[in-house]
Amino acid sequence: MTSTDRAAKIAVRGLRKSFGRKRVLDGLDLDCASGESLVVIGGSGTGKSVLVKCILGLLRPEAGSIRIDGVETVWLPRVARERLMQKFGMLFQGSALFDSLSVWENVAFGLVQGRGMERQPAQETALAKLAAVGLGPEISLLRPAELSGGMQKRVALARAIAAEPEIVFFDEPTTGLDPIMADVINDLIVKCVREVGTTAVSITHDLVSARKIADRIAMLHQGRIVWHGPTAEIDRSGNPYVDQFINGRAEGPIQMEIRAA
Amino acid sequence: MLRFLAAIGAVLLGFLSATGRLVLFAGAALATAFTPPYYFRMILREMVNIGYFSLPVVGLTAIFTGMVLALQSHTGFSRFAAEGAVATVVVLSVTRELGPVITGLMVAGRVGAAMAAEIGTMRVTDQIDALTSLSTDPLRYLVLPRLLAGLITLPILVLIADIIGVFGGYLVGVYRLGFNPEAYINRTHQYLETMDVVSGLIKAAVFGFIVALMGCYHGYYSRGGAQGVGQATTYAVVSASVLILVFNYLITAAFFGR
Repeated sequence: MTSTDRAAKIAVRGLRKSFGRKRVLDGLDLDCASGESLVVIGGSGTGKSVLVKCILGLLRPEAGSIRIDGVETVWLPRVARERLMQKFGMLFQGSALFDSLSVWENVAFGLVQGRGMERQPAQETALAKLAAVGLGPEISLLRPAELSGGMQKRVALARAIAAEPEIVFFDEPTTGLDPIMADVINDLIVKCVREVGTTAVSITHDLVSARKIADRIAMLHQGRIVWHGPTAEIDRSGNPYVDQFINGRAEGPIQMEIRAA
Repeated sequence: MLRFLAAIGAVLLGFLSATGRLVLFAGAALATAFTPPYYFRMILREMVNIGYFSLPVVGLTAIFTGMVLALQSHTGFSRFAAEGAVATVVVLSVTRELGPVITGLMVAGRVGAAMAAEIGTMRVTDQIDALTSLSTDPLRYLVLPRLLAGLITLPILVLIADIIGVFGGYLVGVYRLGFNPEAYINRTHQYLETMDVVSGLIKAAVFGFIVALMGCYHGYYSRGGAQGVGQATTYAVVSASVLILVFNYLITAAFFGR
């Protein structure tokens, strides 16, 4: 990685994580500078979500270091971890909206429960954030189950940015959406990140999305970053893994784990 | 022979590690009760879920239990001319044993399953991870309110079940078996002691905690999508039911075993 640890908002070194005998992350190094939009690409099951969950503290790695603003976070005690969480926002792949709460309560959840804000101002903030992602106040009292997939994604995006976090993680933000809705979500991510100046880490295998939202792209394969560079350079990376991935070829150094039926 | 012993050892180790995980889970959830924030709204919501919405099923079960108890004890006691003990047997059986146990089992089926399904679905759809990412401790927000609600609400529910159960016995005793109403009520009072009711309420609190703990624990650690959630629900009901029966014996032995 080119950035030094001191300059990096997020600095990951030698990260290892296994599930049983399967080693998912194998000494991974990654940096993300403050205000940068970094997209991690890679095939399904290569550990992209595991990487983000390790940084967020939802999974504990076996080895390695994760520094946020230069502070080691892997073995943080619970109270310090809860404080650190206030720097983060997360858009989950399946939106992960709370079924039992209305749309505005979902968006305001982090403000009310996480930061102790009163419900009235939190509701006003939630409505403003919903407007920012193109949703009107008429849906604010609906339950998530009453919304389409695209609307759920937008509500989840509003929730992720509601508390104006310093770092937002986007896990497969466009998966399962039609191309037009995917582009709407991409535009919203770019707008939110640029307007607030947030550091963004996205994981996706949607290259259209990656090209649109990334300042820099890193490719994950077999538990390590095999290439990273500015978005504009991805087409001339000269890296056989990246070339195979962006051209969607079955032949190449990336061998999919396919078991004969 | 060695293989047989190894199999027994493996089962024993599995049991001990599961017990350890359960105790650590309960301890971690209860530890959150000593520091703010507190989610009173969630506790209230769960109390309504456990108590108010269980009233119809618990009431029906209690009244028929009291009625059957009066009929059966009358049939048995009439063989040695002790029919006069029916009211006493009904009130002692209901307050000490049947009220708490039947209510506990009914709530385990209705509420324990629902808790496991709700928390399990939250687990497999990343909602629990979302809670953590929003600076909210899932144990504090999801588990503790349910444990406290179970602990507080079940004794209230059992008290109501006791009253309805005794009333069921009264209906059969007076209108079917021909007891004098005043005499039946007198007999009900005569041998009933405070400890009979209190022991039942203590059992109820323990059963309420067990039902909530099993529902939360199995839901919290469910995995594998819809099938995993279904499995968690089954485990929650079965384990809570078995533990209710085991703890019923232990508490009875502690109170009345001398």
